[in-house]
Amino acid sequence: MSRWRTASGGRIDRTRALAFRFDGVRYEGLAGDTLASALLANGVHLVGRSFKYHRPRGIVTAGAEEPSALVAVRRDGARETPNLRATQVELYEGLDALSQNRWPSLARDVGRINDWLSPLFPAGFYYKTFMWPKSAWKSVYEPVIRRAAGLGVAPTEPDPDRYAQCYAHCDVLVVGAGPAGLAAALAAADQGARVMICDEQSEFGGSLLADRHATIDGASAAAWVARAVADLAAHPRVVCLTRTTAFGYFPHNLIGLAERLTDHLDAPAPQAARERLWQVRARSVVLATGAVERPLVFPGNDRPGVMLAGAARTYLNRYGVRVGDRVVLVTATDAGYQAAIDLRDAGVAVVGIADLRPTVSGELPAAARAAGIEVTESATVLGTSGNRRVAGITIARTTSAGTGGDRRTLACDAVLMSGGFTPSVHLFSQSRGKLRWSDDHQAFLPDRSAERERSAGACRGATDLAAAIADGLEAGAESAPTRTAAARRITARSPRSADRGYLGAVPLASDASQKSFVDWQHDVTIKDLAIATREGFRSIEHVKRFTTMGMATDQGKTSNLNALAIVARAIDAPIPSVGLTTFRMPYTPTTFGAFAGPSRGDLFDPVRRTPIHAWAAAAGAVFEDVGMWKRARYFPERGEDMHAAVARECRAVRSACGLFDASTLGKIEVVGPGAAEFLERLYVNSWANLGVGRCRYGILCREDGFIYDDGVIARLAADRFHVTTTTGGAPRVLAMMEDYRQTEWPDLEVWLTSTTEQWAVIAVQGPDAREVLRGCVEGIDLDAAALPHMSVAAARICGIEGLVMRVSFSGELGYELNVPADHGLGVWKAVHAAGAAHGITCYGTETMHVLRAEKGYIIVGQDTDGTVTPDDAGLSWAVGRKKPDFVGRRSLQRQSMQAPDRKQLVGLRPRDGRTLLDEGAQVAERPDQRPPMRLVGHVTSSYQSAVLGVPIALAMVAGGRARLGQTLYIPMPGGDVEVEVVSPVFYDPKGERINA
Amino acid sequence: MLLIPCPHCGERPEIEFTYGGEAHLVRPADPSTLDDAAWADYLYMRTNTKGVHAERWRHARGCGRFFNALRDTTTDQFLGSYRIGEPKPALSMGEPR
Repeated sequence: MSRWRTASGGRIDRTRALAFRFDGVRYEGLAGDTLASALLANGVHLVGRSFKYHRPRGIVTAGAEEPSALVAVRRDGARETPNLRATQVELYEGLDALSQNRWPSLARDVGRINDWLSPLFPAGFYYKTFMWPKSAWKSVYEPVIRRAAGLGVAPTEPDPDRYAQCYAHCDVLVVGAGPAGLAAALAAADQGARVMICDEQSEFGGSLLADRHATIDGASAAAWVARAVADLAAHPRVVCLTRTTAFGYFPHNLIGLAERLTDHLDAPAPQAARERLWQVRARSVVLATGAVERPLVFPGNDRPGVMLAGAARTYLNRYGVRVGDRVVLVTATDAGYQAAIDLRDAGVAVVGIADLRPTVSGELPAAARAAGIEVTESATVLGTSGNRRVAGITIARTTSAGTGGDRRTLACDAVLMSGGFTPSVHLFSQSRGKLRWSDDHQAFLPDRSAERERSAGACRGATDLAAAIADGLEAGAESAPTRTAAARRITARSPRSADRGYLGAVPLASDASQKSFVDWQHDVTIKDLAIATREGFRSIEHVKRFTTMGMATDQGKTSNLNALAIVARAIDAPIPSVGLTTFRMPYTPTTFGAFAGPSRGDLFDPVRRTPIHAWAAAAGAVFEDVGMWKRARYFPERGEDMHAAVARECRAVRSACGLFDASTLGKIEVVGPGAAEFLERLYVNSWANLGVGRCRYGILCREDGFIYDDGVIARLAADRFHVTTTTGGAPRVLAMMEDYRQTEWPDLEVWLTSTTEQWAVIAVQGPDAREVLRGCVEGIDLDAAALPHMSVAAARICGIEGLVMRVSFSGELGYELNVPADHGLGVWKAVHAAGAAHGITCYGTETMHVLRAEKGYIIVGQDTDGTVTPDDAGLSWAVGRKKPDFVGRRSLQRQSMQAPDRKQLVGLRPRDGRTLLDEGAQVAERPDQRPPMRLVGHVTSSYQSAVLGVPIALAMVAGGRARLGQTLYIPMPGGDVEVEVVSPVFYDPKGERINA
Repeated sequence: MLLIPCPHCGERPEIEFTYGGEAHLVRPADPSTLDDAAWADYLYMRTNTKGVHAERWRHARGCGRFFNALRDTTTDQFLGSYRIGEPKPALSMGEPR
């Protein structure tokens, strides 16, 4: 057994030794240890190098607030978690931990030179020093600074672990299972409430786990905790969660909990989730988050071995570890004395106590004095010594002259500090509750709640054990939905400590040559804060950003109040007027894995596939993402690239027949006596005069007059329309329809149903399309006279009841076969087989785009951008002139919407007949301009036209229709391209083919 | 995540809803009678309330219905909700939920 381990006591299992490694060196700890307590038990105090100055750093606290002892824990290459607080890492057999921010080794770190050069890096040096040359910031300064300053390194391999997520509801969620939290949970459960209680530690009990003196209900603290935990665990309506951090408080009492399931195990089951994210919606919340002890800000306060008094007491009483052989206590609280007394009882020499307070009385100081420990009142600290661990401390007595008298240096190997207690109001503050400054407590306490929530215990200033428990009982009973049972009573007794504590730097600290640290994790000293105030910063939010104080991963849990007090003193303002920085979630760093949960890889985003997808994949299709849909882009044959495949597919459709999966088209069925009137009011077109069995191209504008969506609408019956939308537009079109139906025109009897996924749509396009379908379609006459362009008929398609729509997005004779989705694949195969004799060719979205562009058909969202009116797109023919109103009509009447110089859709043809324009390229009137250039439009679509043998493009050009024949210039990376403005209809302008 | 009171279904989490902007804006019966300024006012001008705001929500991933709700924009607390077509209720400031 190590000489720093006590012979008995504590909550470790002395029969279970665990081997672990720190920076490759093998040590031994005990089951129940944290990495921090195990290191201390081995006499290891130097555990890391600081962020900016690379100073040797040790373990300051025993909990979540740890600002200093950050380590990486490695299981394998992919499982290396950086920046873990050693105070929260539970020891397991074989644990492999590494120190951070040091090179080549922790003991000999080259970066330490930063500390000697520190006069060069005061607060704000980034903003002032690395200004010139400007280009060097990204290439030189930032990479160098990032490497030198910093914390751990994230692994580069994907996280192989599994993370679970769940939702829960309860009447009362208790956050924190210390004395107040346990009391609250018991009291709420007594009243029949459904209770959840969580605590970030491996076991419930909080401060009671390190308390040797308290008695509760006549038992020791440990015995009472055991009983309370057993009662709660046995209660059918209580859920107890250990190793569970309430990291975020979201609106309406939604609390995020991160439960660590396997990080404490030496060999987690391969399938076990590493963490579980809980989203708890609680009727009421009791925050029993406790308080954290504050360090004292004195010169040399960051040497390894300098730690909080309460932490030393926790290491002793909970983990059976003496943090040194000779300790000095620097304190402004009575609570600090308890640590000194406990350590002395455990055989540690307490060399002296330096108390900042002028006169010290009370139960605990009296006990210390009685034990023969020398107490210096009105004390201050002038500095410490020691290289990788504190070896001495120089204290003095402050005199009325403002100088240090009775200067003495005490040799020691640990310094305990106790500056008072800062209530943990993080979650309360996240809930948007208002804090108030309490002079009595010298702290911000919860004041007005924003949610159905209340704080209990030390987090609202009730630090005395009996008061904390009473507060917890009251909070728990009050939070229960009903109060039926008699109120529970718990009697508690612990040594009284009256602790206002001390805020800010100790007297004379600013005269010292050694640095006095306020924020350990970001290396912020009192000098940095002084610079900030000298620079004129007054608000703590500004000081924080200038110095980075409190901006590290610990969010300044130990540093914020000291910094506030230092700034307040420097600018001679009361603390509340300096303000408090905002607390943000997460309370402690939370893994991305917990947030992501199962939403990774294939499950990251839903994928929509058409009924024909598998067939297309087997046929070698290359797919593209369109919204959530996977669409076949082209079907390459034997070594074809996209260009060759698309050219072949285009030629096939223009010369014979093509087969295209259009199932992704949005489809909405609009039904009811008011259906025609509904569409009349919504779409720009006329619908009343559309005959049953006919189709019409519809345009939907927003109320501002700009095109929102388009698609063919078929009238299946007097009161039934089959509306198609763009592939991506179906949900928003349906939402817009519902909006008008429900809120503007509730008088119309009309029902809207999304049928996108009910129909498979198979487009058969090309001059041979009718011949191909003759063998497939029964019950209707396919001849042009009986089924002309833009008509629809119910038919049996390859034996399946469906709809044949004679529509074309290719400019060729074309049909779209609508069959129930379950039959989509079968019909597709049958049509494909029937078309073999005609050389039927499958084509994808790329060919579809080329074909439609050759015809000047727009794609909403590609050729339009939310500022394009129907007239701009050359579609004014579609607008119902005689209609008194439709959505967008009033806006289209505005003068500016009819201005002749609006951007209008035109076609562009490169004069050289071979240069393919870039989509998105700008359009200029004159060549060879330099920026700022006068630009008159942009290219929206650009393709190589197989049938014409030249590149073509669509563009939106100011006053474009008046420019036909003009020459314009497209600036491209290789120089200006001369283009001729032409009609957007490049192919078959008379539409003879479509009506064939 | 807000808990939003659908008047048809009860309280449901925010992810089930879509926001619909300010409530009680009625589309003019005959927009062509409005001058440009009045039309622009209907189209674009909103109250941007600090405090209790009557606004539209749609329980899009639930019953699908639009409804109106009163929300305090400074606290995100809902004071109540009511069906489309019902008048805006008189304010009674409840305690935080």
